[in-house]
Amino acid sequence: MKVTLRIWRQANANSTGQLVTYPLDGVSEDMSFLEMLDMLNEILTERNEEPVAFDHDCREGICGMCGVVINGVAHGGQHTTTCQLHMRSFSDGAIIDIEPWKAGAFPVIKDLVVDRTAFDRIIQAGGYISANTGSAPDAHATPAPKREADIAFDNATCIGCGACVAACPNGSAMLFTSAKITHLAMLPQGQPERYSRVKSMVAQHDAEGFGGCTNIGECSQVCPKGIPLESISQLNRDLVKSLFKGDGKAS
Amino acid sequence: MAVTGLLLIGFLLMHMFGNFKMLIPDDGKEFNEYSHWLREFGYPALPHKLFLWIFRIVLLSAAVLHIWSAAKLRLRANANAGGKRYRSQKFMEKSYAARTMIWGGILILLFVIIHILQYTAEVLRFGYDNPDRSLAPFDRVLAGFSEWWVVLFYAIAMVAVCMHVLHGFWSAFATLGANASAGARKVLKTLAWIAAALLYVGFMIPPVLILFGVIGR
Repeated sequence: MKVTLRIWRQANANSTGQLVTYPLDGVSEDMSFLEMLDMLNEILTERNEEPVAFDHDCREGICGMCGVVINGVAHGGQHTTTCQLHMRSFSDGAIIDIEPWKAGAFPVIKDLVVDRTAFDRIIQAGGYISANTGSAPDAHATPAPKREADIAFDNATCIGCGACVAACPNGSAMLFTSAKITHLAMLPQGQPERYSRVKSMVAQHDAEGFGGCTNIGECSQVCPKGIPLESISQLNRDLVKSLFKGDGKAS
Repeated sequence: MAVTGLLLIGFLLMHMFGNFKMLIPDDGKEFNEYSHWLREFGYPALPHKLFLWIFRIVLLSAAVLHIWSAAKLRLRANANAGGKRYRSQKFMEKSYAARTMIWGGILILLFVIIHILQYTAEVLRFGYDNPDRSLAPFDRVLAGFSEWWVVLFYAIAMVAVCMHVLHGFWSAFATLGANASAGARKVLKTLAWIAAALLYVGFMIPPVLILFGVIGR
């Protein structure tokens, strides 16, 4: 199949980017989206042109590295990651716009690669449990109710790709933050730091410059892991409860 | 945002219910009495209009805090995701009302100012000219809504109000943590539809009936 790509090219964080058109012939519909970009990059390299920079790692939909806005939808709108999107989702002769996540808190590093360390700092603010190291405890030493364990697991599947921020009209990272909060809040191990965690992570979220949540719901629609909007309500419940707790923010 | 929003929706429901007194076929006696009672509530225990002024101050504070939160949200959104982001962003959620809250809100603010100038301050005297403020509330409402363009203006303004409520009602509960499951979300969104539809129909019944001559004349 033959496609026309319009790819965001930006030399570095300080330069202004623009969409550049690349016609690409001989694309197989069995190729993943990233394999199609690999093919383009081979051609560009052979022509001594700068290949398109894009993030990727596992290519199995579980690492969260890849992610671009395809035709105006983060990850292309197939409820999966960009690497798991295949060219059969496009028609022959399609024009495909490929742009990086765009948010002030996610500055473009080059082309389609953005700096997502803001997410790391939100995790560092409290998205963990403090446990003394030692031998691993027995799996059944700390029982967790089935329902809560399921919710925790659903939220733990968040891979931190950043599609929620890219899709949110407010540029909010509440879905990401709430997935981390909900994951730990559901489990016994997460209880001791539950309320200081929510205060710290929300404060860091705001300090990074992400927008506020207005419950529009675009985030959940593009989330490759299907993190539900309910997680944000869970965060809000914990945040309200934290106002009645003495726990300050985690230091 | 959520708390003040719900407070304002609560006021809208009370206001709508009060308007239904127009429908009582007694040439506005009950409606005028109601209007007077609002000003004298609590008298003689409370001084004249004290309750009214407390009510007004609470409403005004809610509105001001609501607008202040909206401005803050908007500034943060603009700083992180302002301007044109993507060549053509496609939205996956049916979110037109949600994405246009700020514009709906601005329209509502302008509408409320005109509405207060018309019926409370009597600066805008649509359909009558009686600068000495002697016309009874019922007759002022009749005069205003006997003009087709006033009714049309209110019909359009109420679309903005109800679009705002359509998203705002469910969103407020979600912010307060009530969106606890997919089922709860469905219930909240259905209630939001009911609230928005109820407010539209409820607020438009008196003006339309006045325009077609069912009430008064």
